[in-house]
Amino acid sequence: MNMKQLLLTSAVGFGLSAGIAAADGTTITIATVNNGDMIRMQGLTEDFNAKHPDITVEWVTLEENVLRQNLTTDISTGGGAYDVMTIGTYEVPIWANNGWLVSLNEGMADDFNKDDLLPAIAGGLTVDGELYASPFYGESSMVMYRTDLMEKAGLEMPDAPTWTFIREAAAAMTDRENDINGICARGKAGWGENGAFLTAMSNSFGARWFDEEWNAQFDSPEWADTLNFYLGMMNESGPAGAANNGFNENLTLFQQGKCGMWIDATVAASFVTGADSTVADKVGFALAPDNGLGKRGNWLWAWSLAIPSSSEKQDAAKTFISWATGPAYAELVAGNEGWANVPPGTRTSLYENADYLAAAPFAQMTLDSILSADPTNPTVKPVPYTGVQFVAIPEFAGIANQVGQQFSDALAGNQTAEEALAKAQALTTEEMEAAGY
Amino acid sequence: MARAISPRKKLMWTALAWGFGLLIFFPILWTFLTSFKAESTAISDPPVWFFFDWTVQNYHDVLERSNYPLALMNSIIIAVGSTLLGIVIAVPAAWAMAFVPGDRTKDVLLWMLSTKMLPAVGVLYPLVLIAKYFGVMDSRLLLVVVLMLINLPIIVWMLYTYFREIPGEILEASRMDGASLKNEILYVLTPMALPGIASTILLNVILAWNEAFWTILLTTVDAAPLTKFIASFSAPEGLFYAKLSAASIMAIAPILIMGWFSQKQLVRGLTFGAVK
Amino acid sequence: MATEHSKSAARIMIAPAVFLLLVWMLIPLCMTLYFSFADYRPMRGVFDAWIGFDNYVRFVSSSSFLSSVGTTLWMVGGILAITITGGILLALLLDQPMFGQGIVRILVIAPFFVMPTVSALVWKNMFFNVDNGLFSYFYKFFGMQPYDFLSQSPLLSIVIIVAWQWLPFATLIMLTAVQSLSSEQLEAAEIDGAPPLARFWYIILPHLSRAITVVILIQTIFLLSIFAEIFVTTNGAFGTRTLTYLVYQRVLESQNIGLGSAGGIVAVILANIIAIFLMRIVGKNIDN
Repeated sequence: MNMKQLLLTSAVGFGLSAGIAAADGTTITIATVNNGDMIRMQGLTEDFNAKHPDITVEWVTLEENVLRQNLTTDISTGGGAYDVMTIGTYEVPIWANNGWLVSLNEGMADDFNKDDLLPAIAGGLTVDGELYASPFYGESSMVMYRTDLMEKAGLEMPDAPTWTFIREAAAAMTDRENDINGICARGKAGWGENGAFLTAMSNSFGARWFDEEWNAQFDSPEWADTLNFYLGMMNESGPAGAANNGFNENLTLFQQGKCGMWIDATVAASFVTGADSTVADKVGFALAPDNGLGKRGNWLWAWSLAIPSSSEKQDAAKTFISWATGPAYAELVAGNEGWANVPPGTRTSLYENADYLAAAPFAQMTLDSILSADPTNPTVKPVPYTGVQFVAIPEFAGIANQVGQQFSDALAGNQTAEEALAKAQALTTEEMEAAGY
Repeated sequence: MARAISPRKKLMWTALAWGFGLLIFFPILWTFLTSFKAESTAISDPPVWFFFDWTVQNYHDVLERSNYPLALMNSIIIAVGSTLLGIVIAVPAAWAMAFVPGDRTKDVLLWMLSTKMLPAVGVLYPLVLIAKYFGVMDSRLLLVVVLMLINLPIIVWMLYTYFREIPGEILEASRMDGASLKNEILYVLTPMALPGIASTILLNVILAWNEAFWTILLTTVDAAPLTKFIASFSAPEGLFYAKLSAASIMAIAPILIMGWFSQKQLVRGLTFGAVK
Repeated sequence: MATEHSKSAARIMIAPAVFLLLVWMLIPLCMTLYFSFADYRPMRGVFDAWIGFDNYVRFVSSSSFLSSVGTTLWMVGGILAITITGGILLALLLDQPMFGQGIVRILVIAPFFVMPTVSALVWKNMFFNVDNGLFSYFYKFFGMQPYDFLSQSPLLSIVIIVAWQWLPFATLIMLTAVQSLSSEQLEAAEIDGAPPLARFWYIILPHLSRAITVVILIQTIFLLSIFAEIFVTTNGAFGTRTLTYLVYQRVLESQNIGLGSAGGIVAVILANIIAIFLMRIVGKNIDN
């Protein structure tokens, strides 16, 4: 077959299949992140099709940064491309306030049971009593550590460690000869990467992004303490390329047995104890560290499914969200892949399910971590904003990306903590002025 | 070359050239090898080169998770379509510039090239708003037109340099013989310009195939080409080198093979007229 | 030859291309221009059609502006230097008699067909990565500490990636030029006893000058708008933020379309200055 024929036949083929799909009923387009749980959801589409043969699902599965580009471009120019969008706790209230999202209070399936959602998670997705997105999985952050290495170092991990203990334990576990780094943590620049980690960490050090008048606070001693502690700890016991490591890079390191401890999202628990991990049977969990100031360094996040107001197929979209985030989905995943792989952190009922608790050793620690995060009152000193590891204003993502770059540069050893903080202070002030604060 | 070359010298040049050739090709070779490894083998320390359990599982996974045929078809249609459309518009323009140059021809040409320097993201919102206004978001037509416009300056310029090499006397002669404009273009000009047009097409298909800003932001599903297909394998949770490699090979293989088969044509044409 | 008749025919033939490019230039550009004087922040629901030159002042006076211009120049300059030097050397090498010349040429031009996203991903993960990248194994093999390319030499890393993609292009153009060099001239010089370096300097290099300008011109056009390679590898961290990337941050990350549009216009103006500068040189070189 020559090129022209190939082109023609294929074009005709696609035209036909497109025609059939359209004639068959509603087609909804779903944009989602290429994280493990979402890929699993995509793999289970057949079950949805079996239950709702009149709805055809089209997937747009993208890497997180590319997904954000696509979604923000679409939604801020009036939307129309997607019927279901996967967005996070940061975007939901902002988009909802702009009138860009559809309320999920009405029209969901009968068994959806909104009241079963964990209040801490649902609270972040609710604006004025209306739920604007349904959580697909929820997470906080916690310490994951190697029980064998901890024992070897002669230490015992408390359920609620302090930063001082973590730093000492990290130093004690580090064994550079054997490629073991005491601590792995996010260093890659980005508001959702090191921005999330350091903001949550700074809360436990008593720091804050803004004071009540929206003045940037990077010149405060609390931020200096946070950053110096972080840099010190990472330089002593962190991996060599820490400044390029985000969630995924650290996950790989931990699975390969190269990390003593890893402080990151609770969803990682099922991966580090899963089949890909070489250290699956040697992992313990503890709450994120604190400094005795009353706040822990853990965050709160939920990847959630929302419907843009521009969607013309809102009913079908609601049907899909009811399926993907409803109580029955957990059983579907459990039946196919085992209870440990059920998307965590969204429903109270999951944490009362004996099968789940038995299969997931990390379940209780995940729940405790989620419950201990307080987005409405995240810092030691009073702040004008909500959000634990982010500030719920539209300007935050842009600012925190740049601040994260400064911190990342400091971790790479290209500048000092003082320089990084001074630049962060200057650029945040500049951007906030531009935003009219 | 006429000079006699000692076999030793020839061997030496061969070794050196092959060395550099393989060095430059190595990243692609490595990606190719990795695509047949299991995920854990892909990051094994020390790296394994050829002797591992070859598996096509990664290709299988990638095909199962995404609509590769659709993405491939979109890439082909967009790359070929935008190039051909560009050629249709550019040939008359370049022809006129080369054979009937006016005082401003040079300026027009330079101005055309300078439009290529427009930073894409700066016009992102305007273009998205226009596309939405006409309801053509996520359509192949939009991508064909946008990529055609992006590459049109290069097409015009390349064709212009080829056409200028065609001696004007031949045209004069054919005109003396009473050839009409149509015949002149069809029987005199086209055969002489064909190699130039062919390599212009090749180069622009490559450029359009690899364009990764507009093709990602102006599409969702229906028109999404291979550049967007790649974005779903770039940094998922867990080990991904082998799957990323498989997806990469699938994205570059068609254009790579096309390039290799037509490399003589491409090499001959990449002179921009001015180089020789 | 150019009668009045053919002149008007020529105008008609040029017209579609010029018209399309004008539309392409003017409509989005005018909209960008319009936005650049507006306070347009969709995430805030703000649209104030006229705020004067505020966006321009803010964009140009921001601390990131000058450094991003510097980064852009370094990046483009670095890539040009590597591809031109490498291209000339490779072209001379490929011009030598050898076995399997066709296959070597295939190997050398291959990177040109790899899409930028793919090559950035492959280089970043499978070569530069400190823990699992191939370079790290080489370092360890020779008993050295693995080197973190992307955070320690971020600009160089990106330059390497892009240069790898464009080296084939430069090589091909240089090769065509080298092959058109008359061998009699070279042989005469050889018989006269001119050393290889002198032959290169006085005969080959002048002959290549046109090819070099073409490479500079074409590549600069593409290199000024490098985006995918930065987006994938460093996301603009470690001082790799070029002007294009800065505009991207303003538009998409900060969602300040007004400010970003002003940045876009500034970038267009700067690019045109470079363009005019380049065209002067190229125009001369191509005409003679």
